[in-house]
Amino acid sequence: MRHTISVLVENKFGVLARISTLFAARGFNIDSLAVGETEDPDVSRMTIIVKGDDRILEQVEKQLNKLVDVIKVVDFGQAQHVERDLALIKVKADKSNRSEIMQVTDIFRAKIIDVSADSIIIETTGDEEKIRALLAMLKPFGVKEMCRTGIIAMGRGGK
Amino acid sequence: MKKTGAEIFVECLIKEKVDIMFGIPGGVLLPIFDKLYGSPVRLVLTRHEQGAAHMADGYARSTGKTGVCIATSGPGATNLVTGLATAYMDSIPVVAFTGQVATTLIGNDAFQEADTTGITRPVTKHNFLVRDVRELARTIKEAFHIASTGRPGPVLIDIPVDVQRAETEFVWPENLEIRSYKPNYKGHPVQIKRASEAIDASHKPVLYVGGGVVTSDASKEVIELAKKADIPVTTTLLAMGAFPPDSPLSLGMLGMHGTYWANHAMQNSDLIIAVGSRFDDRCTGKLAAFAPKAKVVHIDIDPTSISKNVKTDIPLVGDAKAILTELNKTVKKASHEKWIETIDGWKKKHPLLYKEDNKLRPQYVIETISELTKGEAIVVTEVGQHQMWSAQYYSAKLPRHFLSSGGLGTMGFGFPAAIGAKMANPGKLVIDIAGDGSFQMNIQELATAVLNEVNVKIVILNNKYLGMVRQWQEMFYGKRYSSTCLHRHEGCPPKCNEPGGKDCQIYIPDFVKVAEAYGALGMRVTDKKDVVPTLKKAFSVKKPVVMEFMVEQEENVLPMVPTGAALDEIITRLA
Ligand SMILES: Cc1ncc(C[n+]2csc(CCOP(=O)(O)OP(=O)(O)O)c2C)c(N)n1
Ligand SMILES: [Mg+2]
Repeated sequence: MRHTISVLVENKFGVLARISTLFAARGFNIDSLAVGETEDPDVSRMTIIVKGDDRILEQVEKQLNKLVDVIKVVDFGQAQHVERDLALIKVKADKSNRSEIMQVTDIFRAKIIDVSADSIIIETTGDEEKIRALLAMLKPFGVKEMCRTGIIAMGRGGK
Repeated sequence: MKKTGAEIFVECLIKEKVDIMFGIPGGVLLPIFDKLYGSPVRLVLTRHEQGAAHMADGYARSTGKTGVCIATSGPGATNLVTGLATAYMDSIPVVAFTGQVATTLIGNDAFQEADTTGITRPVTKHNFLVRDVRELARTIKEAFHIASTGRPGPVLIDIPVDVQRAETEFVWPENLEIRSYKPNYKGHPVQIKRASEAIDASHKPVLYVGGGVVTSDASKEVIELAKKADIPVTTTLLAMGAFPPDSPLSLGMLGMHGTYWANHAMQNSDLIIAVGSRFDDRCTGKLAAFAPKAKVVHIDIDPTSISKNVKTDIPLVGDAKAILTELNKTVKKASHEKWIETIDGWKKKHPLLYKEDNKLRPQYVIETISELTKGEAIVVTEVGQHQMWSAQYYSAKLPRHFLSSGGLGTMGFGFPAAIGAKMANPGKLVIDIAGDGSFQMNIQELATAVLNEVNVKIVILNNKYLGMVRQWQEMFYGKRYSSTCLHRHEGCPPKCNEPGGKDCQIYIPDFVKVAEAYGALGMRVTDKKDVVPTLKKAFSVKKPVVMEFMVEQEENVLPMVPTGAALDEIITRLA
């Protein structure tokens, strides 16, 4: 099972290393990791995507909580939340297929942010599924490069 | 008035009531060592930083107070690592200080620079790099707090030399609030009620007690629960002494070299009440076959211990003492006569046995120590066969009186830990039960012991082998003694597995001469009848003593649950 875990940590020297050391030492696999500041500059939020059964997830959550610099751990699990990832995709493009690529981009409500003689850079945000779908559509044109920010997530509602 | 970082360091140690610390100076620690000179904090100069870390650990294990050690940057810090890992695995409160190159040089591969916080991150509960002198006092306070609360563990503070020289106002934070660190001590009342009912409903309960009981000082509460609900008690290596060994409810140690009856009790139990123990693989044997009929109540302060290896039915996160106190109020008085009779049957079938003849057997030496000291000495062990025999044949009567590296299994732990324990308990007899291999791993601390008049007694059970490994080679690798003979020399036949043959060369070193060279008393025993007089003499001499007992070389530790076997697939004798 894929889990989205949100970890609030003290914005201190070495915190990222602590988290990654923990995952490596315990043999947990990270699919994606995104780190950034929160509304409180002393606190960072890490969004971690982990795969594993219930037992592993229980350990991941507890082990994270045990780290002294970790303030709070939330496993979104099935709870109502939104997820977003931002991807930049560089696709081979020339005169002959540029408009076709632009159509695909439009359908996915993605944006073209750079055009050169032989390529286009497309920016898209969305959840995992949307990015995968767009990527599948772009593949036939030839994807030269892709980079992603990693998934960030937030619970819905007033919490 | 402004103070330097080094002055603040000493002030903080005084505030934390540190009376003694163990360590070795170096270039980047000069400012701190200058302020320690003549200060009320005693620095015990060790001969190796690993020794310093184990001494701090032994000090902590024997008292419950936080042990303190200090090492210089680079090699000093890396030498601490084994000691920190040892303390970490056994949840021992230690604060380690390391010097670091100046903040301006960090990251430049400066002389004696090592990424100390990076290297020690996986073997400490927490660590800090202090980059501003204004953070120093608070960091030290936090370190002592974190090391000693919740599930204790080692905490390291790395202090660059320029921070030691920089000046600031000294402010000791009286109160400490770490929002991300709040251990939970009180058990959940609903869970306590469930546990209490499960105990009342059980017919074959076992209390499986670990080091957490010692940490939380909950021995008395365990005894009360055991007596009230008539529950047999098995202890882990780290909890030896936490339950009186002469009680009819005592099952001794469980696990790989545990007693036949403790292991069978676990396997047949219908309710295991784990208190401050963590279902480590040396205790459970093959997990899939572990205690198939048992419900599990698990009391532990560390939530990660719960359901990590064995699924817990009733988890109880909190302090063992606090939770047991509550449980003792509600648990009903009970009697489990039939269950205890069954266990006694197992005990009669396969008691702990060794051959009692005229030969000098290691078990006999330990049993004699147990009798002479009435189980009231502080016994520290190294790692190997002698360690397991100590757990089996030394009847520790009190908590914090049997100290052993359980989790990491660190050879070389015992002797320095014994020095630390003796310095913390000068009035007590402190004995290091050592293997000939292990003792050589920190033998240099004889200088520390002799010069500081730390009168520890070292009992070397010299089997001339890395005995525990040799035993595995005998049992599982066709008696191919690959690199386990400690007096194997250049001219030996390549595949020798005959101990004490006529071609054997002399054993090196001569431990008696080594002892004498360091100014300790050395004694060698080859004859069983000299065991008692030698021990008696050693215990009465006011000097560190090294006793070398030339024991049977191929004695094995039994019973034994082989790796991958279930606890009841225990081998009681070799074919
Ligand atoms: C630092 C370290 N290195 C290696 C080992 C592996 N090991 C476990 S027991 C043992 C042999 C110990 O020999 P000795 O101290 O003579 O004790 P004996 O088993 O003979 O009683 C070894 C090498 C270890 N536990 N620790
Ligand atoms: Mg040996």
